[in-house]
Amino acid sequence: MPFGLSMVGPVIYTFGTPEQKAKFLPRILSGDDWWCQGYSEPGAGSDLASLRTKAERDGDHYVVNGQKTWTTMAQHADWGFFLVRTNPDVKQQEGISFLLIDMKTPGIEVRPIITLGGEHEVNEVFLDNVRVPIENRVYEEDKGWTCAKFLLAHERTGIAGVAGSKRGIEKIKEIATTEMDGDKPLLSNPFFRRKVAELEMDLTALEYTELRTLAGEAAGKGPGPESSVLKIKGSEIQQRITELALEAAGHYGAPYFRGFGEGDNEHPIGPDWAHRTAPSYFNVRKTTIYGGSNEVQRGIIAKMVLGL
Amino acid sequence: MDLSYNETQGMLRETLARFLADTYDFESRKKMLASPTGRDPGIWKAIASELGLTCAPFAEEHGGMGGGAIENMIMMEEFGKVIAIEPWLQTVVIGGGALKHAGGALAEATIPAIISGDAIIAFAYAEPQGRYNLADIGTTAKADGAGYVLNGHKGVVYAAPWATHLLVTARTGGGRRDRAGVELFLIEANRPGITRRDYPTVDGFMASEVYFENVAIPGEALLTGGIDLIERVVDEATVAVCAEASGIARTMVNQTVEYTKQRKQFGQPIAKFQVLQHRMSDMFVEAEQVSSMALMGTLKLDEDAAARKAAVSMAKAKVGRSLKFVGQNAIQTHGGIGITMELGIGHYFKRGTMIEGQFGSIDHHLDRFEALSYPA
Repeated sequence: MPFGLSMVGPVIYTFGTPEQKAKFLPRILSGDDWWCQGYSEPGAGSDLASLRTKAERDGDHYVVNGQKTWTTMAQHADWGFFLVRTNPDVKQQEGISFLLIDMKTPGIEVRPIITLGGEHEVNEVFLDNVRVPIENRVYEEDKGWTCAKFLLAHERTGIAGVAGSKRGIEKIKEIATTEMDGDKPLLSNPFFRRKVAELEMDLTALEYTELRTLAGEAAGKGPGPESSVLKIKGSEIQQRITELALEAAGHYGAPYFRGFGEGDNEHPIGPDWAHRTAPSYFNVRKTTIYGGSNEVQRGIIAKMVLGL
Repeated sequence: MDLSYNETQGMLRETLARFLADTYDFESRKKMLASPTGRDPGIWKAIASELGLTCAPFAEEHGGMGGGAIENMIMMEEFGKVIAIEPWLQTVVIGGGALKHAGGALAEATIPAIISGDAIIAFAYAEPQGRYNLADIGTTAKADGAGYVLNGHKGVVYAAPWATHLLVTARTGGGRRDRAGVELFLIEANRPGITRRDYPTVDGFMASEVYFENVAIPGEALLTGGIDLIERVVDEATVAVCAEASGIARTMVNQTVEYTKQRKQFGQPIAKFQVLQHRMSDMFVEAEQVSSMALMGTLKLDEDAAARKAAVSMAKAKVGRSLKFVGQNAIQTHGGIGITMELGIGHYFKRGTMIEGQFGSIDHHLDRFEALSYPA
């Protein structure tokens, strides 16, 4: 449950009021609330600070109007954390606030976006005169960019996905041990084997980079711009794993299996892992785009780390 | 060296390009894919009988225009530009190619039906255990009187749900992976004992698992030539998908350039960022390599088998690499919208990705090229 536990949770326990902590943190820990993230907008992707969804005060409420996009799992979410513009008259980054919005509030409409593998993971979220109590604002008004950046740094460490990639590589090795290439297992094919080894090497380097970041955090250093290193390497490794799985599937990467719908008990086509390989490969192209595209991460390293 | 097309070839390209521009816009293609049969049969009929394009690569004695691989390359490149799902590759390049090379009564009878658009052929060659080895075949064709009896399972047979005929590789003798004993048969797709499990493919086609259970076929169904014929036909098909890849890669480059001119971030079109300009320049360079290798492979198809195989493998490996580079960077440069079904670019990426593995992966073809070109 990354959106609650590792994204909005740290924002609330770092910047929230005692009331906000008491209200939200236990339900994040228990898993009672599913969270989604209202950051990107159709016109504000890499240039997140140009966001235009606005929140205007009306008594003890904000009235929110605008559109968010790429909102992962919004169709299941109980709560969302949203970046909204509360002051249009100052520098972009200085007029943004961080709001917690109950997704059942009238005026919220969630529309699916279907991605290349056929999945419904992300959504557009339309906000039409959505009334949000002012007490649901985290940190000061117009200072939400501070929370936003803090959260993004946390997202980047999580986004490295070391554990998931370890599992991915183990799965590839397992597949390549049973999948045959002529009279030998695929893992004996020198080309395939070399690619698996290279992946494992790169993942180990990433893992130790992450351990160094975490050690720094334990010593009281919050994840800073170095977390961009984790995001870049982690996302690329995730993509290479799916690329290799698709290669292992051979001809059986092509069948599109609609999945196990209700009342559908058909067996997938080919080896039981193969039908997921192409959709995963397509889907995982997202990792170098989301959470601040890898171009943005390189910009952060150039500016914040190298001082260019 | 004159690499320009003659007048007839230029006309072929024009005719098909104009027709596809009218029939294969994004919305129409989407509708076709979503229809119960996954295609619009009228389009194939029009390509064959109204436009008369299917006759291009066939000899005059079969009712053709006397063309060959170049004509197929031209057509495939145009199909690639609109990611058409028409069965040209399976029917004309593969089915037609096998019949042309084998000749005989079956060719006399079937080629006119291909040209008229009445025959659609699917190529049932891959098997679940075989990967890219064309001789790794468990499907058997047992001699039975004057004919044969087919038993076995063919996997991921593109266009099989639409086919009137199946072109099947099967073993009349020898052990699994032996080159000797592998033969090619052309049979009606509705013969008793043939069952299919149909499904869509991730790149927009329809395909099937095809099962043969004691399928009786006549002796005349055999196309003589064995594994050598099969390899030749697959090499021709491999080069044809390289040409398709050329159309796809060019279109992905163009669409990416257009998108970055429209898409604004940080107060300017993202095309203004040097990092994206350089990336798109690299994509353009790689797309050019795809076109060059499609041409090189096509021109070498008539060389002796060893030279042909080496050239085709070199072409396909390079095309696979360049196509991957162009496709991945096209999606990355589009950002989130590139991963959705809403824009064409993702659909080009999907077909391009499948071409990377079709008739052999990059590694497979580099391996074959090395084996044929360098001493062990």
